Amino acid sequence: MKNENITEDSLVEQNAEPVLENQLPAEESIAPTAATKTVRRSFLDKVKFDSWKAWIYLLPALILLAVFTVWPIINTIRVAFLNDYNSLGEQGGETFQLGIGNFITILASGDDFRTALTNTLLICVITVPLSTILALLIAVALNSIKPLQKIYQTIFFLPYVTNSIAIGMVFAAVFDVVGDFAFPDLVQSWGFVNNILMKMGLDPVNWIDGLGDASYWPKMFVLIVYIIWNALPFKILILLGGLQSINKQYYEAAMIDSTPRWRVFTKITVPLLSPMLAYVLITGFIGGFKEYSSIIGIFGDDMAGGQLYTMVGFIYDALPDAQYGEASAAALILFAIIFVVTMINLWVSKKTTHY
Amino acid sequence: MSELEKDVIQNEDTSNAAVENENVEIAQSTNPVGSTENLVQGVMHEQDIKTVAKKQTVGKILGQIGLYVFLTIMAFVVIFPFIWMIATSLKSVDEYYDASLELVLFPSFARDFKNYAEVFTTTDLEMYFLNTVIIGIASTLMSLVITILSAFALARLEFKGKNILFAGLLATMMIPGELFTITNYKTVADFGWTNQFGSMGWINSFFNLTMPFLVSVFYIYLLKQNFMQIPEELYLAAKVDGTTDFKYLLRVMIPLALPTLISITILKMMGAWNTYMWPKLTTTNSDYYLITIGLREAFSSVDNQQPDIPLQMAAVTMVSIPLFLVFLFLRKYIMKGVSRSGIKG
Repeated sequence: MKNENITEDSLVEQNAEPVLENQLPAEESIAPTAATKTVRRSFLDKVKFDSWKAWIYLLPALILLAVFTVWPIINTIRVAFLNDYNSLGEQGGETFQLGIGNFITILASGDDFRTALTNTLLICVITVPLSTILALLIAVALNSIKPLQKIYQTIFFLPYVTNSIAIGMVFAAVFDVVGDFAFPDLVQSWGFVNNILMKMGLDPVNWIDGLGDASYWPKMFVLIVYIIWNALPFKILILLGGLQSINKQYYEAAMIDSTPRWRVFTKITVPLLSPMLAYVLITGFIGGFKEYSSIIGIFGDDMAGGQLYTMVGFIYDALPDAQYGEASAAALILFAIIFVVTMINLWVSKKTTHY
Repeated sequence: MSELEKDVIQNEDTSNAAVENENVEIAQSTNPVGSTENLVQGVMHEQDIKTVAKKQTVGKILGQIGLYVFLTIMAFVVIFPFIWMIATSLKSVDEYYDASLELVLFPSFARDFKNYAEVFTTTDLEMYFLNTVIIGIASTLMSLVITILSAFALARLEFKGKNILFAGLLATMMIPGELFTITNYKTVADFGWTNQFGSMGWINSFFNLTMPFLVSVFYIYLLKQNFMQIPEELYLAAKVDGTTDFKYLLRVMIPLALPTLISITILKMMGAWNTYMWPKLTTTNSDYYLITIGLREAFSSVDNQQPDIPLQMAAVTMVSIPLFLVFLFLRKYIMKGVSRSGIKG
């Protein structure tokens, strides 16, 4: 077998390494002598160097990765740049022209994709800052109490372990009007939120089932509330972890100087927390760009009649119709956006984080 | 994702060192302000010191009360959907229509658990439960085996191209999963796995729902890091005793990495419980629906103006309770896994 060769070749390479290492100046005086090191090294080589064995251990993972990860990457890029691609035609031997037709189609003529892009951007821009600020406040508050801290921490983490479809249905029900909103006499339940609004003397709102352009913001509002609620636990967990690893001495020093709380917060807490904040922001943006199942949970499969399409929703909706070309193009755009946002975020946080 | 994950792990490691470096800067930026100067410069009697101290404690207590009030309000907002869900699931439809707010959180328990029983008669939820449990357990077990084997190879064995392979694996983590779905959808269709009618239905559905998600590069990475923390001397000692690699993996490494393995298991099971998009795309036969899609389909009443919300909430509660139980008993592992991965479900 070829494996034999590989093993021997690399054995030689491996043997060359210890020599190099031995030439380096020994840092510790009690370090093992060169002789024992070489013995140990050659022993290591013998026991560790079974190249073919390693590949056998890796084989199941590699086969599955090849089929379900590597091939999709190649194929998606390929399909995205084939004009008017259709898979049946390809099986029939049809060839397609290389080009950016799919990108032009979804960007220029498809209203759906533009709706998806706007919605996704809106969701990101609104929910990420709000949920991060809220999570930061809660984490700081949690970090400065002692009794009951664990209990509060558990409660705040609870939304994380939920099924986003199931709890989406709960949010829909909390806002939902049972009966026809257009005929108030026939409405059987205005829903919890509207009941409160009406007790306060305000008009009820048709949150979930409204039609037309005017119903966009009520729906968006419900969605944003849900997304923020859903995003809090992860952010609180990360930020609290970051807060707890800040050296207490800074706070003690600030206390001795009786520094005002706000100054302590802006001059000590936030700078030392900046890597965690950057992490939370980046994952928040990525999560926002991939928002999908929360919308299905609240508004059902048709994503509020297409009003609340998102990027991912657009991709998935194109698949059953075998619009692979357009879906692939959209997926690449999504990847590009996520990549750029991540890079910008990393760049900004490198400039502003404290180390 | 992956890069970020790595970043955070690194950040955690380096944060302490960095904290030390910042020492000087911080000390400079927090000049004593206002009242401190008085304290230091002014000649003070003991009584004055006492009153100042008293004032400080009063302020501290008030601050603490404020914190608790804030946290309690936020905590209530956070768990309100759950309370509302459970309370509503215990109501009759008429009770639900009653707009009086006292009834919102305190139902009169007129229906007891009738809604829960009704869920099973009106929907096939129990079948979806069973499907999900089978798929969840099977995919978790297979995934664990694959993850352990590859993490071991990457952590302990030497072979040509190891670093390139590992870097390549990490690079795939950056790509959003949606990009894979498109081709995978076509692939499983070509394999015939989406054809879930006839005698092969169960097998097709099983392959379809498990195979594409067995390998998680992130879990491999996580476990590899964990394996590398186990001292190499143990491995060499085992080798001297003539233990085979596989036996060593089984007897030493797996027990030592158990906490990480438990975290992976829980996250993987939760993933199976919460997955929606893939089964929705590829499951054509409702006999093989998983719980989430079954739940959504059973109450997908977009045109229906009169949904039975208490019944719906009973079903939602039943879907949520296993997750709560897992969370209650295994909180430590979940939080540890999540804080390192940032993976949702």
